[in-house]
Amino acid sequence: MGLTVDRRDSLDMTDTGTVHRRQHDLDRDVRLKAIREAAYNIRMGVLEQGQAQGEGYVGQGLGAADILAVVFRDQLTYDPSDPEWEGRDRFLLSTGHYALAAYSAFAEAGIVPREELLTYAADGSRLPMSGMSTYTPGMEISGGSLGHGLTLGVGHALGLRAQGKDAKTFVFFSDGELDEGSTWEAAMSAAHWQLGNLVAMVDMNGLQADGPTGDILSNEPQEERWASFGWDVHRVDGNDPVALLDAFDACVDGAQATGRPHVVICDTRVGAGVPLLENREKLHFMRVEAEDWPVCMGQLTHGYEAAAAAGTDGKVA
Amino acid sequence: MTDTTQAARDTRAPQADGTDAPEKAQAPKRSAAMIASIADPGVPTTSAPLGHALVELGRADERIVGLSADLAKYTDMHVFREAFPERFFQMGMAEQVMMGAAAGMAQVGLVPFASTYSVFATRRAYDWIALDMAEPNLNVNLVGALPGLTTGYGPSHQATEDMAILRGCPNLTIVDPCDAVDIEQAVPQLAAAPGPSYTRLLRGKVPRILDRYDYSFELGKAKVVRPGTDAVLVSSGLMTMRALLAADALAKDGVDASVVHCATIKPFDAATVVRELDTPRAAFTLENHTVVGGLFEATAGALVRAGVRAQVDPIGLPDEFLDAGALPTLHDRYGLSVDSIVARVREKVARG
Ligand SMILES: Cc1ncc(C[n+]2csc(CCOP(=O)(O)OP(=O)(O)O)c2C)c(N)n1
Ligand SMILES: [Mg+2]
Repeated sequence: MGLTVDRRDSLDMTDTGTVHRRQHDLDRDVRLKAIREAAYNIRMGVLEQGQAQGEGYVGQGLGAADILAVVFRDQLTYDPSDPEWEGRDRFLLSTGHYALAAYSAFAEAGIVPREELLTYAADGSRLPMSGMSTYTPGMEISGGSLGHGLTLGVGHALGLRAQGKDAKTFVFFSDGELDEGSTWEAAMSAAHWQLGNLVAMVDMNGLQADGPTGDILSNEPQEERWASFGWDVHRVDGNDPVALLDAFDACVDGAQATGRPHVVICDTRVGAGVPLLENREKLHFMRVEAEDWPVCMGQLTHGYEAAAAAGTDGKVA
Repeated sequence: MTDTTQAARDTRAPQADGTDAPEKAQAPKRSAAMIASIADPGVPTTSAPLGHALVELGRADERIVGLSADLAKYTDMHVFREAFPERFFQMGMAEQVMMGAAAGMAQVGLVPFASTYSVFATRRAYDWIALDMAEPNLNVNLVGALPGLTTGYGPSHQATEDMAILRGCPNLTIVDPCDAVDIEQAVPQLAAAPGPSYTRLLRGKVPRILDRYDYSFELGKAKVVRPGTDAVLVSSGLMTMRALLAADALAKDGVDASVVHCATIKPFDAATVVRELDTPRAAFTLENHTVVGGLFEATAGALVRAGVRAQVDPIGLPDEFLDAGALPTLHDRYGLSVDSIVARVREKVARG
């Protein structure tokens, strides 16, 4: 709508060399290798932030790393040197307490310097414990009050379409947020408005504040619910980069200005990639002893290298 | 200080041998974690006073039930849940359903206590509080954790305007307890009183200070906890603890400060507050809340109605969205710490 035309909006926009574009033209193995590497880096960043604080939402960050790797390394169009570039796809983090995972993805994407991760949740840091748009480049919304993300996503998708832009809106939220009525109001709204330019992802890690999701508020079956609301539904192992890539490709290939909105329901494992954390009691906010952080990092690297050497498809063992 | 923030801070203290790697020097020393203690040095604490008071009440009265919106563990409701699993209802992270269900339970004759964080009770579920509990005047007792500025998590969790939102609600009783003593004594009184209530919950290791004084909680009453001739501090909630500690510090300088504790914000004990402020003493209100719509304005309204001219300085949170950061840092920044109260009182008394 504005009169100024960003030169990246023209056809030769990649000429700036800084715009990250969707990687779907590349060879699939190349894409998967890059995603695997990004997921490793994101996980390591999550551990570094956890270590800096001694505690935090580390299990969630590790569980969501593969989703964020696919989105930031492969699917999303953005300019790391200019996070507010108008032509970007929008990535909305609804689940504010997953901020450490997003910061790690931002670092991997080059939006924030990697060293800055060590300031996570410290006084004066740009990386507060709960994600806020007023603090961090790349953070589009302030998400700590859960159940807002998809409502905002409806606005981003509607607004971008009204402006004639083909940028897509990605919204990340958690299974706990399925408890909130606002999520379902937004689901109904997105289908009503035929927001084919909206791609939602749900981190189904089976955990919320008071315990396992199944004990708190039953939320299955999910596929049927979203489908009956008029969404294009994909359900995958959210720690399997291959399955994630296929699902996001299907969503984004099928993303249109109008049409069914898309959701990728991702079943993830709290602590994925770090056996020490994956095999202990699943806690919403976990404390890790100082001497265990290097062990976690070692296990992460070992698993990544072993998978690479074995030439597997990148699924975290 | 025995709080988790302090403990976490200690484990991150720089190495004594001075071998910090460069990135270590950058590492945070203070955390913005959700849960932080508000106990000041030298103040003992009691664990989960709400939960234990509810268990005691539940033994005597089987109409008592508990509800939470995926925050039982974080609002001390887990203590009640463990004692009475069949009388506890986990409603999931669905605050509106929890409020509606609590009102429905009250309609069929139960006495519910329902918990979530203050921000979600007041901002998300207010319509349910107003219309389903307050208008029919049902005995539903809400407990909101993290009132005012009691977490460094940022505006999403800082309920800086919870009293401002709720004071306008007819029939609703609002309690802002200072400590574990207040909470233990308030719980049975709230259950016994008709009509809905909202309590600004202090949870976890809660300070215990009022038992040093000749004090008891009486619903609807403000109390002079400490007399004093030079200054009068009208306070509520955890700021009464700060006011009492400030008064101790001021006494060492020969400044004699009185503390008037308004544990009930609504209905407001205007008679006591006006009587205490109709005085030449240096006067303050102290609240863990924005200076808009809380204790300061309740006090100002009471004075104006009574035709009393008084100059009162508000100590409270500014009318803005607050920073994220470590709680002690923020309490210093926004003037809620004992030291900043002492400085302001001393300065005003000196000005005369
Ligand atoms: C509206 C709202 N209600 C309650 C909370 C408190 N809270 C923070 S995280 C959380 C659990 C939410 O579930 P989920 O995001 O799935 O938790 P996780 O998987 O990270 O354990 C709750 C209830 C909140 N942040 N927002
Ligand atoms: Mg979850």
